[in-house]
Amino acid sequence: MGAAIGAGLAAIGAGIGIGKIGASAMEAIARQPEAVGDIRANMIVSAAFIEGVAFFAVIICALVIFI
Amino acid sequence: MIHIIRPLFIIILAIFIGTGFVQAAEETEKAVEASHPEGFNAGKFVIEHVSDAFEWHIATFGETEISIPLPIILYSSDKGWNFFMSSRFHHGHETYNGFRIEHEGKNEGKIVEVNEQGEVVDLPIDLSITKTVAGIFVSVIILLLIFLNIAKTAKNRVNKAPAGMQNLFEPVILFVRDDIAKPAIGEKRFEKFMPFLLSVFFFILINNLLGLVPIFPFGANVTGNIAVTMVLAVFTFFITTFNTNKHYWKEIYNPDVPWWLKFPIPLMPIVELTGVITKPFVLMIRLFANMLAGHLIVTVFVGLIFIFGKSFGVEAGLGISVVSVAFSVFMLLLDLLVSFVQAYVFTFLSAMYFGMASPDHH
Repeated sequence: MGAAIGAGLAAIGAGIGIGKIGASAMEAIARQPEAVGDIRANMIVSAAFIEGVAFFAVIICALVIFI
Repeated sequence: MIHIIRPLFIIILAIFIGTGFVQAAEETEKAVEASHPEGFNAGKFVIEHVSDAFEWHIATFGETEISIPLPIILYSSDKGWNFFMSSRFHHGHETYNGFRIEHEGKNEGKIVEVNEQGEVVDLPIDLSITKTVAGIFVSVIILLLIFLNIAKTAKNRVNKAPAGMQNLFEPVILFVRDDIAKPAIGEKRFEKFMPFLLSVFFFILINNLLGLVPIFPFGANVTGNIAVTMVLAVFTFFITTFNTNKHYWKEIYNPDVPWWLKFPIPLMPIVELTGVITKPFVLMIRLFANMLAGHLIVTVFVGLIFIFGKSFGVEAGLGISVVSVAFSVFMLLLDLLVSFVQAYVFTFLSAMYFGMASPDHH
């Protein structure tokens, strides 16, 4: 139960973070369509970092279940 | 041109959707088998589908299991080396030569050495060719076939238009060079790292894509296995560490921060050193978790049919199967995208770490 709540909280955090990155990237592309390649690469990298933090949380939740 | 592209597009789409249905159908068979003995255990079915195994299970018709036996290689201190095929275990039901596959307890899923009374005496060192290892062999053969062919054509056709399979892969190779290696590592030094970056990119990409194909000899969950991703991340870690310069180490042990962050308690050095370890660690977890989650979700959607069928009758199962199959196909299509993005992210972050390992003067 605790692990499930933890996984849910991690998903909320990651969702907010990646959503903000996506929103800013869209705005940036709309302002400067010629920089779309650079923006996309940086967007994916920042999303990957946030995802990494969320995965830490998920792994800890999995550890709570299995150990 | 358009009248060629459109049918081609439809064929590709049909193949993708077909793949989804075949996978769903195959999993349905497995689920039927799983539901036979003591009702349908969704959790067990899902975990067995994504985990490693000593034999390559293909399908089950009624009571007969169809699977490919794989070689078992064991070393125990009493009996020395043991080589035999996993078919000797009769799908894990029998003991062979004092070895058996444990099905419960703390050694679940491992091979244990037992004495005549059936008590566990020892854990042998297990170097078996399991399903994941066999899956790696398959993908390595495919990689070799593709890239030896491309290398030959590229050598023979210097300064000419690309031909054959080179057409398909040269843009991807150039993408890795121009969009990943050059911006992340820098114009001067990127060439040294290209062999590793290309190998890791195509290894992950091919394994991710083959993991989505349900028919034998594909479909082993290779990149969704944490041992495989750990090896890849350890490669990145060692290459980063052996290609550093003194600025990298200065930024770790003596960064430009106020002295009280370094002096009585070395706070910043501790944080920086943790960063050195966590970077490859997250690389490992990210690839593992993404690929595992993709496989899990598809299997869970299929398992949902049987959960509904069991609790609300066969009609409910049939009704939910339409939704389940549609969602499985959608998730598989999403997985195609994720396969590529994960290969890209792993390679790009590795390249960034290589670039950061020898920073220029500020």
